[in-house]
Amino acid sequence: MASTPEDKQRKENLAGIGCARKRKEDPRFIQGKGHYVDDIKLPDMVYGALVRSPYAHARIKGINKDAALALPGVLTVLTADDLKPLKLHWMPTLAGDVQAVLADEKVCFQQQEVAMVIATDRYIAADAVELVEVDYEELPALVDPHQAMVDDAPVIREDLVGKDEAGQGKRIHDNHIFSWEVGDKSKTDATFKKAAVTVKEEMLNQRVHPCPLETCGCVASFDKVNGHLTVHITSQAPHIVRTVVSMLSGIAESKVRIISPDIGGGFGNKVGIYPGYVVAIVASIVLGQPVKWIESRIENLSSTAFARDYHMVGELAADKNGLIQAMRVNVLADHGAFNSHAQPTKWPAGLFSICTGSYDIPVAYARVDGVYTNKAPGGVAYRCSFRVTEAVYVIERMIDVLAKKLAIDPAEIRRRNFIKADQFPYQSALGWSYDSGNYPAALDKVLEAVDYEGLRKEQAEKRARGELMGIGLSTFTEIVGAGPSKACDVLGVGMFESCEIRVHPTGSVIARIGTISQGQGHQTTYAQIIASELGIPSDQIQIEEGDTDTVPYGLGTYGSRSTPVGGAAAATAARKIRDKARKIAAHLLDVSEQDLEWDIDRFRVEGAPDQVKTMKDIAWAAYNNVPDGLEMGLESVNYYDPPNFTFPFGAYLCVVDIDKYTGETKVRRFYALDDCGTRINPMIIEGQIHGGLTEAFAVAMEQQLVFDESGSIHGNSLMDYFLPTFVETPVWETDYTVTPSPHHPLGAKGVAESPHVGGIPCFSNAVNDAFSHLDIKHINMPHSAFRVWKTIHAQGLDKRT
Amino acid sequence: MAKKHISFTLNRQNIDVLVEPRELLIHVIREQLQKTGSHIGCETSHCGACTLDLNGQSVKACTVLAVQAEGGEVLTVEGLLQNDKLHPLQEAFMQEHGLQCGFCTPGMLMRAYRFLQENPQPTEAEIRSGMAGNLCRCTGYQNIIKAVQTAAKNMASA
Repeated sequence: MASTPEDKQRKENLAGIGCARKRKEDPRFIQGKGHYVDDIKLPDMVYGALVRSPYAHARIKGINKDAALALPGVLTVLTADDLKPLKLHWMPTLAGDVQAVLADEKVCFQQQEVAMVIATDRYIAADAVELVEVDYEELPALVDPHQAMVDDAPVIREDLVGKDEAGQGKRIHDNHIFSWEVGDKSKTDATFKKAAVTVKEEMLNQRVHPCPLETCGCVASFDKVNGHLTVHITSQAPHIVRTVVSMLSGIAESKVRIISPDIGGGFGNKVGIYPGYVVAIVASIVLGQPVKWIESRIENLSSTAFARDYHMVGELAADKNGLIQAMRVNVLADHGAFNSHAQPTKWPAGLFSICTGSYDIPVAYARVDGVYTNKAPGGVAYRCSFRVTEAVYVIERMIDVLAKKLAIDPAEIRRRNFIKADQFPYQSALGWSYDSGNYPAALDKVLEAVDYEGLRKEQAEKRARGELMGIGLSTFTEIVGAGPSKACDVLGVGMFESCEIRVHPTGSVIARIGTISQGQGHQTTYAQIIASELGIPSDQIQIEEGDTDTVPYGLGTYGSRSTPVGGAAAATAARKIRDKARKIAAHLLDVSEQDLEWDIDRFRVEGAPDQVKTMKDIAWAAYNNVPDGLEMGLESVNYYDPPNFTFPFGAYLCVVDIDKYTGETKVRRFYALDDCGTRINPMIIEGQIHGGLTEAFAVAMEQQLVFDESGSIHGNSLMDYFLPTFVETPVWETDYTVTPSPHHPLGAKGVAESPHVGGIPCFSNAVNDAFSHLDIKHINMPHSAFRVWKTIHAQGLDKRT
Repeated sequence: MAKKHISFTLNRQNIDVLVEPRELLIHVIREQLQKTGSHIGCETSHCGACTLDLNGQSVKACTVLAVQAEGGEVLTVEGLLQNDKLHPLQEAFMQEHGLQCGFCTPGMLMRAYRFLQENPQPTEAEIRSGMAGNLCRCTGYQNIIKAVQTAAKNMASA
């Protein structure tokens, strides 16, 4: 049927999929009416503050609480000895290891949690922290992961001595956590042996921190009368918190309520369960009062989950035309003092095996070894799917290294190696089935938009004048939307996502989804999905997340899983409602279901365009006039177990100019083309890309958690830890292609992490490219002015003539 | 610690409050006076989430003592709404998608509110330097700049 202006109007009225709808969450945020965890104030609430270790590695010889307890207003001081009778001084991690809740006889990283003071006021709690006397005997610290497995390395985890397993396979040294390998090693080795060209580089994805603007915190409130525990918490995965808290505390899961209120950014930092949360909960149970614990910025940067710290050796084997024949990667992963990285349980290196990227590489092998060091635990996905940033970095850098060796243009070598559009679904050498893609089209669109040839010409001219200009490319493929429950679980819970939809008699809707927004605009986009599926305007659809008492079990928001999995659950739940609505419509119109066709917001009888029942009519009828044998009401629940991951991709290009006297890098242009399949809200997508690129810029150029030889962390406040301001942040240009995912109900793939994952190698490639005419194969991140200047200076490029 | 009695106006209302001399203005506003729009992101005056207007200047309330507000005029994000009407900056932030998680937004709005009085018709470069004390982790700033420009335009034509 041809679309009339009236049809178009009806469609627009829905403000559904594809509409740049303004955000529903904004009115409260712009008026200061957001509801973040530190805004919560409960009657009788008291404050917790943590005593933390000044040493990276030390034995605790004694703790004296007397002075702290004597301070008026201090209610209690909890240490590991107080938690022991409850068996809560250690807790399981998501990675199968255990982590000290409060240091048990020794500390293993600087700023480790040693005791918690509870006081009536946050100032008194802070005073009392200073009054807790801890007697330490300092031990030699292990900081460099490359020294973790030498014979006389200090043993960090005495609790694991003699155990040949720490939850993720066999250990070969006291400081070893796991070895994980994938691919065909012998075939890969054989291909390398006979290859015409091979390249090999060591490269580091330095230790960084997601650093959301709001730190982590909670308000734990135990009601002694009815045995109910309520925890308001900055969690990206509230249901997982509920399950873990129930397992740890012995309180029935039905009596534990976890509420994630508005969250001031997460970026992976708020996936894990931290000691502060556990002690606050214990304190609330002990005292029978609500306990608030909020991290300071220094605590956040020093102790809650860091990201990366992947020390990689990448290798490619190719023929003389640059066609890649094999890839080999060996990684040493620094997991800190406890293995509490947040990955699906079976994947100790996450989805690192996406490291063959967008290229048709016939054979590959990757191995990752995790080790303990005297640093904070973690290894979370910082605005990326699990270890995907590291994987994409190694392939996107290595392909440039290969291009340089063969004197092939970086765009051309990519084109030669791309998986072709007709190869999808594509089976990668390391076991993934890529859903869909069109990589050459994306790259060509970008090259044309920026006049790539012109840029290369300009670069050649500048080089002739002794100026430094770099052009970086990144043609990445991500793997997101974890994930199929047969492959992915967290502590045994499959990584499905859930949605419950209720259509009220008057036609408005409430939908509850197991994910949790941290700025992604779920209240806006999920409503658009349901609007298009149900034919009810998105303004009449209320979205609720984050309260485990009302929302069906979900795995939360991280790893770009909200649209791929939560969005699919929403669409599928809505389709169940539409199926029932069809039955009701047939009953009301006295025709058979087969005679009806769906038309934007109504069913109509085929061939009789005036015979219609709108969704609003049907909603009313669902509560008073349904066909025999059908239940009253109009609601549904869907637990969506995705058949596969989704594979968003993109082509990015970055142009930098480097000042050869100061080493300062100016990003002149950044052009980002993303393909996330079907686009739900273009305005929100663009906003996510701007933000992700800014975080990528931060990581590539400046961010790093630095430690000295004693394991002291340097730069753990915003004085030193780089967050880009208005001034440094480049201008972003965005573009897109649309290649829907064939297995997703809407064809959507997820987008928020692509700019971070694809952006980092793009910046790094641009800086490296500025030196590609010299005998320099690879420069590690971060590309700070000082580090870039050191490269320039070593080459003598800054000599004034 | 002996408490001190202080008076100031908060969002055009007279306030009398007892504070410890060491108490920070941000804590008094958020906890005693329960205006939780201004946030705490770093406690070292780097992030600007606590930015508010004190006596016609942008200040970071995490490093201002409450006693310093004695006799002063304080405006927070809760005071931007007047007669149930949103400030043009609030409208523009929604219009241009100048916020995501919303945590930095009150501080951003308050800095922009003062900045546009200092410079009613700023260029992009002037916005970038004039707002550089406020950090955002979500937006990459581009849409915040657009929002400030839109607000400036709307305020000029109002």
